[in-house]
Amino acid sequence: MERSTLNLWVGIFVLLGFFSFLMLAFKVGNLNLSGNKDTYIVIAHFDNIGQLKERAPVRSAGVLVGRVKAIQFDSKQYNAEVKIAIDSQFHFPVDTSASILTSGILGEQYVSLDAGGDEKYLKNGDQIKLVQGAVVLEKLIGQFLYNKAQDSSTDKGAAK
Amino acid sequence: MVNLVSGIKVVGDRTLKIIERIGAVAAFLFSILLHSKVSFKRFSLTIREVYYAGVQSLIIILVSGLFVGMVLGLQGHETLQRYGSEDSVGVLVALSLVRELGPVVSALLFASRAGSAITAEIGLMKATEQLSAMEMMAVNPMSRVVAPRFWGGVISLPLLALLFSAMGIIGGYLIAVVLIGVDSGSFWSQMQSAVDFEHDIVNGVIKSVVFGVAISAIATFEGYEAPPTAEGVSGATTRTVVSSSLAVLALDLVLTAFMLKGWN
Repeated sequence: MERSTLNLWVGIFVLLGFFSFLMLAFKVGNLNLSGNKDTYIVIAHFDNIGQLKERAPVRSAGVLVGRVKAIQFDSKQYNAEVKIAIDSQFHFPVDTSASILTSGILGEQYVSLDAGGDEKYLKNGDQIKLVQGAVVLEKLIGQFLYNKAQDSSTDKGAAK
Repeated sequence: MVNLVSGIKVVGDRTLKIIERIGAVAAFLFSILLHSKVSFKRFSLTIREVYYAGVQSLIIILVSGLFVGMVLGLQGHETLQRYGSEDSVGVLVALSLVRELGPVVSALLFASRAGSAITAEIGLMKATEQLSAMEMMAVNPMSRVVAPRFWGGVISLPLLALLFSAMGIIGGYLIAVVLIGVDSGSFWSQMQSAVDFEHDIVNGVIKSVVFGVAISAIATFEGYEAPPTAEGVSGATTRTVVSSSLAVLALDLVLTAFMLKGWN
């Protein structure tokens, strides 16, 4: 085959490969042009994080405002230390509360931020004081059964 | 008792031969890398091989990708609708293609389409004494014949794997959204929230580069070491497809284990 035709075909092939990489990166993956946006880190301590994973979404009013950066066990306070990277364009008051919620019934767990009323904003490295951990279904069922048993015993006591 | 002992001996013998062969391929790969200067200096040699290995494999890769994506769309929708989450069909199609099927299936197709061709070509060049003729003219066949074919394969496979995944996602979209009627917006948005650029797409590309190195090294090695007879070349071609397919599957397991756990 003539060399220029061959070069043309290889050029088309490489460009096709490159475009499919771009398609995968931007259309399929979550990479956007402002990919490595500036973020600031805030820390929250939870008694139980349930199934929360690193890179899990952080939402406020349902809108994605950041991602979970790191999760580790705090061996002094015996709870989970969650580092949250929030997009620097969003500012939250210092009395913002963080809770771990589940999207849908079977969905993934995410951190929800509810803004408070303070005039000062959270800065890099600050800690969120008001937190609510993940709801553990087993504990909830256990509590329900315990209450039920207690109710029935008080009913019996009243009947006597 | 004698039978048992001789049986164990056969197992030992085979194992040693396999290890010896893996060592020989590794030494051959090292020698290719040493002789690679010409492939980059005279890049037209490598471009020619990218054409034969990559461009000519396009049809089989694109068509297979489209059909694999369509089947994933159908199967995924069938299963997910039982749980009322048919919107997640995009996630299923994209993750299975980008992480696994794209790199692995295109590597298997590449081994049978281009790897066998490379082995047959080099083997036949050896059988017709073209390689010896080159040596006589002080042209090193390793840098003139083997290295460009190796690099041609290494460059082509990642591009083919990307095209396979992209075509597969289009196939999944055609079936799930156009044919079945899953909501187009949730198809893409769920996919985008689940597929991570670094953890899924880049790792898939890394896999296909490793597969490209393995297949190209095995194909050129088998061709170069093929006995110079018709039977020898045909045997070498068969061995290329068998060993490179097995190598791809074994490497896939190791790479997946590392990627899921993280490299450190």
